[in-house]
Amino acid sequence: MILWEALQYEFMRNALAAGILASIACGVVGALVVVRRMSMMSGGISHAAFGGIGLGYLLGFEPIYGALAFTIASAMMMGFIRERTEISEDSAIGILWVTGMSLGVIFIGLSPGYAPDLFSYLFGSILAVPSSDLAVMVVLDAVILTVVYFLYEEFLAVSFDEDFAKASGVPTERVYLILLSLVALTVVILIRVVGVVLVIAMLTIPAATAWQFSRRLNEIMLLSSILSVIFTIEGLWLSYIFNIASGATIVLVSVATLLLASALKKIFQ
Amino acid sequence: MNEVIRLEDVWVRYGDIVVLEGINLSVYEHDFLGIIGPNGGGKTTLLKVILGLVKPVRGRVTVLGDTPERSRRFVGYVPQITLFDREFPATVLDVVLMGRLGRKGILGKYGKEDLKVAYDALESVEMLELKDRRIGELSGGQLQRVLLARALVANPKILLLDEPTASVDEPTKTNLYKLLKKMNDKVTILLVSHDMGVISSYVEKIACLNRKLFYHGSPEMEGEAVEETYQCPIYLIAHGFPHRVLKKHKRGK
Ligand SMILES: Nc1ncnc2c1ncn2[C@@H]1O[C@H](COP(=O)(O)OP(=O)(O)O)[C@@H](O)[C@H]1O
Ligand SMILES: [Mg+2]
Repeated sequence: MILWEALQYEFMRNALAAGILASIACGVVGALVVVRRMSMMSGGISHAAFGGIGLGYLLGFEPIYGALAFTIASAMMMGFIRERTEISEDSAIGILWVTGMSLGVIFIGLSPGYAPDLFSYLFGSILAVPSSDLAVMVVLDAVILTVVYFLYEEFLAVSFDEDFAKASGVPTERVYLILLSLVALTVVILIRVVGVVLVIAMLTIPAATAWQFSRRLNEIMLLSSILSVIFTIEGLWLSYIFNIASGATIVLVSVATLLLASALKKIFQ
Repeated sequence: MNEVIRLEDVWVRYGDIVVLEGINLSVYEHDFLGIIGPNGGGKTTLLKVILGLVKPVRGRVTVLGDTPERSRRFVGYVPQITLFDREFPATVLDVVLMGRLGRKGILGKYGKEDLKVAYDALESVEMLELKDRRIGELSGGQLQRVLLARALVANPKILLLDEPTASVDEPTKTNLYKLLKKMNDKVTILLVSHDMGVISSYVEKIACLNRKLFYHGSPEMEGEAVEETYQCPIYLIAHGFPHRVLKKHKRGK
């Protein structure tokens, strides 16, 4: 009931829409991330986004476009490092992570005046999503779903057995770059909802929970999108009632559900 | 006879370590060639060279008269089973269909024809009943047969098998070899293994690999030296390459 009352406000309706749009992306791409064991990679890409946000403040453009540029660039860089250098992926992720954050902090320090909504980029501000951002999210979702529709078999094969996929003629390097780019787009969508720091949670927790109850990749994608919508609404509702940070609440609700699901699965097996 | 695989003075290195040294190899149409050798001898690497997954630092590789990359779609690959995620979210059928990736084109979808070929292949390895099982729920022998089916759906001219009997019990091994033997009419088979038990009664030619490839007619070494270097009993290769020792062997018993 409280939720219906809350939905009279535009910001609440926008929050709900943003939550659902973000859930589609993080459910579908999150499934690929957990199956391919790329959660740390997505953490690296999301923290790199902070550099772009800082640049936006410094040069006076919309920070979310800075985030988009930085995440895509870092995805390309990770692909390059993996294919063309001897640097281990693990170290590369660490370097990307801290470089992004450091650049962000320095850019913001150099910007004139005070950065009022800095905190919201770090930890999310789903209650302050403007309608214009919703439009961007719709476009990004459409791109993600189209790409996953066409490359589903390739993503599955490359995650299962990369050598075999390559020997079957799949351009595995390009497929991996595209996957990294999807992660980058998803990160940009999720920054609005849970912020740079908590993105990794939304990319991994719903998918990991869904995996426990699915046999096939497409089932994980569907179930984790649904779970993610549920987590978002639950989190929004609790944060509205108790007047606490919405992004963090969504994440904690997800973690609690994951733990509960694991426990239930143990008991009933 | 048609030469389908040809390696000339092929060298492979990982960093400073030489893994393959001056390999010369000719495989002809309808051959059933077994390559044995100790763990770490370079068997897997040799197959990857033929698939174009590993680039030699020196030498020439020709597959069906062309580069390995361009001939890939005519080569079926049954990789060595390595540790994989037992929870991986794919069914047996999903995995077998991966063998059709090269045919459907990168943006395409699997069609009726692909499904039919996959069902036939599963039938031929007697795994059709388990097609909806999750891939991680199979036993070693079942998994091996599924990987064989995955290679077969590409309708290959050459079949490369890497330790196909490593985690398989004796009866299953025998069945697998019989199945391969039957397919040998249509495809050229190259099989590597460190296990020479059953292999020798089915393959027609044998070579030994331990960094260098040793076959009948190789110069420089004799008898015990070969057994030591290649950990490969000399009687298997001593009488000729190509040769059919074990057939003779059986008759003799
Ligand atoms: N990707 C790799 N990087 C470095 N060394 C490798 C790699 N793959 C294999 N090796 C080394 O090459 C040698 C041959 O390996 P491999 O071809 O797998 O042998 P086999 O299949 O006969 O057991 C081994 O010493 C192995 O450690
Ligand atoms: Mg091997």
